[in-house]
Amino acid sequence: MTATTHSPGSRPPAAEPAQRTPVLSARGLVKTFGKVVGLDGVDLDLYPGEVLAVIGDNGAGKSTLIKCLTGALGPDAGELFLEGRPVHFKRPQDARDAGIETVYQTLAVAPALDIASNLFLGREKRRRGPLGSVFRMLDQKGMRREAAQALADLGIGTLQNVAQAVETLSGGQRQAVSVARAAAFGSKVIVLDEPTAALGVKESNQVLRLIEELRSRRLPVILISHNMPQVFEVADRIHIQRLGRCAGVVSPSSHTMAEAVAIMTGATTLERTPGHATS
Amino acid sequence: MTTTTPPTSAAQQFALRRHSPLQRVQHLLHAHPAISPFLVLVIAFVVFSTLNPRFASPNSLSLVLQQVAVIGALAVGQTLIILTAGIDLSVGAIAILAMMLSAKLAEGQGLPGVLAVLLAIAVGAAAGALNGGLVTRLKLPPFIVTLGTLSVFTSIGLLYSGGQSVQATDLPPVLSWTGESFPVGEFRITFGVVAVVLLYLLVGYALAKTAWGRHVYAVGDDKEAARLAGIRVDRVLLSVYLVAGAIYGITAWILIGRAGAASPNAITDANLESITAVVIGGTSLFGGRGVLLGTLLGALIVGFFRSGLSLAGVDDQYRVLAVGLLVILAVAVDQWIRKVRA
Repeated sequence: MTATTHSPGSRPPAAEPAQRTPVLSARGLVKTFGKVVGLDGVDLDLYPGEVLAVIGDNGAGKSTLIKCLTGALGPDAGELFLEGRPVHFKRPQDARDAGIETVYQTLAVAPALDIASNLFLGREKRRRGPLGSVFRMLDQKGMRREAAQALADLGIGTLQNVAQAVETLSGGQRQAVSVARAAAFGSKVIVLDEPTAALGVKESNQVLRLIEELRSRRLPVILISHNMPQVFEVADRIHIQRLGRCAGVVSPSSHTMAEAVAIMTGATTLERTPGHATS
Repeated sequence: MTTTTPPTSAAQQFALRRHSPLQRVQHLLHAHPAISPFLVLVIAFVVFSTLNPRFASPNSLSLVLQQVAVIGALAVGQTLIILTAGIDLSVGAIAILAMMLSAKLAEGQGLPGVLAVLLAIAVGAAAGALNGGLVTRLKLPPFIVTLGTLSVFTSIGLLYSGGQSVQATDLPPVLSWTGESFPVGEFRITFGVVAVVLLYLLVGYALAKTAWGRHVYAVGDDKEAARLAGIRVDRVLLSVYLVAGAIYGITAWILIGRAGAASPNAITDANLESITAVVIGGTSLFGGRGVLLGTLLGALIVGFFRSGLSLAGVDDQYRVLAVGLLVILAVAVDQWIRKVRA
């Protein structure tokens, strides 16, 4: 990153990002696939309580960047810091254990299982005492109660019956379940990888509201998206990937959508388009 | 619903709309997939006992239970595999292989009965693990893997036994103990039937009440989603094939008691019959949905048709015909309830 652009803007959090410790930061990430360069020395900083969007054309390295941040790929070089401490994720579960949760565009839920089972999938809670330790019995009641609470916390009022199979839900509601799962377990960072790519307009709005809700809970969010209007609607800052590098970090109040797209496609650079509110 | 209504309350209004009776049935079956096989079983019972009152006699019903035991036990393993969106064509072959290996060793080498039973279970588990390994490591479709191992295990069983049966009288009594019976009121229940009931209770508990069970359903439902949720998909699949194999090994023991011999030519159609029981029981061939209780009902339905139609003096081919129609009906119902929407 050449310059950390930020603006006071109208958004409450991220008041003075440069003076705070980033929750998650990456320094000099390199990832190559044979001769193809996926990431060519990328820095990224995510500050507490902000929504950081990552945009970029196809092949710009968005997915590779996110995979490196969430443990799906190991970078060839570079470092990751979580709350200032160096971390190394060998597999997605490591990142998850560290408090980084990811929501995927593919609606990664098991349709025939109910909402509560999906929320706790892969980290089920067992009953206390010998029923749980010897007989491995699941604490179904407890999981349902907590699932209902997690959904209520996010204001997902339409999903009242957590014993309902996920396949009876709409795409937006299913994605809401994914977001709720991430919010319930992602203690530090939530990564949303094109969460609205498979959704319609109305359903996308539902997910955007959830992102706002996460921000109001001071959970930092990384949002990968192709959809510029959505990015400009919810993001505090926008990290622009181009050809495996970070072409700049802008904010919705410093740059227009057209300027961001121009930087993203290489029609201009951040130096030539410093934006109207850049300090 | 107008555009001025906030989407949440519009959605709530939509959720409160009246469902047609057909939709209610669809929802009910979706939530409780064992209802339809249960109804079929009840209807079959009423019809067959009307056609011939002897059908409902304790004697006849005891016999049905004994007849159903072997396929019913194999179908437990088959259910596990079908729940993961797989299929096992080698069920019978594994049971025969396990049975012939342990029977031959018990007969010739004088392997003690208890060890012979444990050996059968171990052979079954190993054969199942081989299937599972081929499915998870080589990423081959379960249909192809088990089609291959069906032939492999069958031929090994035949070659090893020389195509010869071993009579139960030449075996340690433990091996045919599953055929011994005890009275329950007017019923005669064999220990093999008890073993099958225990199998259903144990595996049913594991499926419904443990994290492993959840993972089995999740893997069959959407493998990729399960992986993204942090489930080790290959490990779950391997465990399912291994457990299924061990169940086939236990079935080998039940089979010796039932048949009074270890014969390499027994239960040749076990794969299709076990799949039939699972499918009639409402478990989806596409994986991820179904309950073990349904499989038990499915196996009983086939048993009822066999006994009921023969007592009614009808040609056995009508049973084959009826079971075939039931299979098609069951899959059609499954397809329908999969389309359920809130």
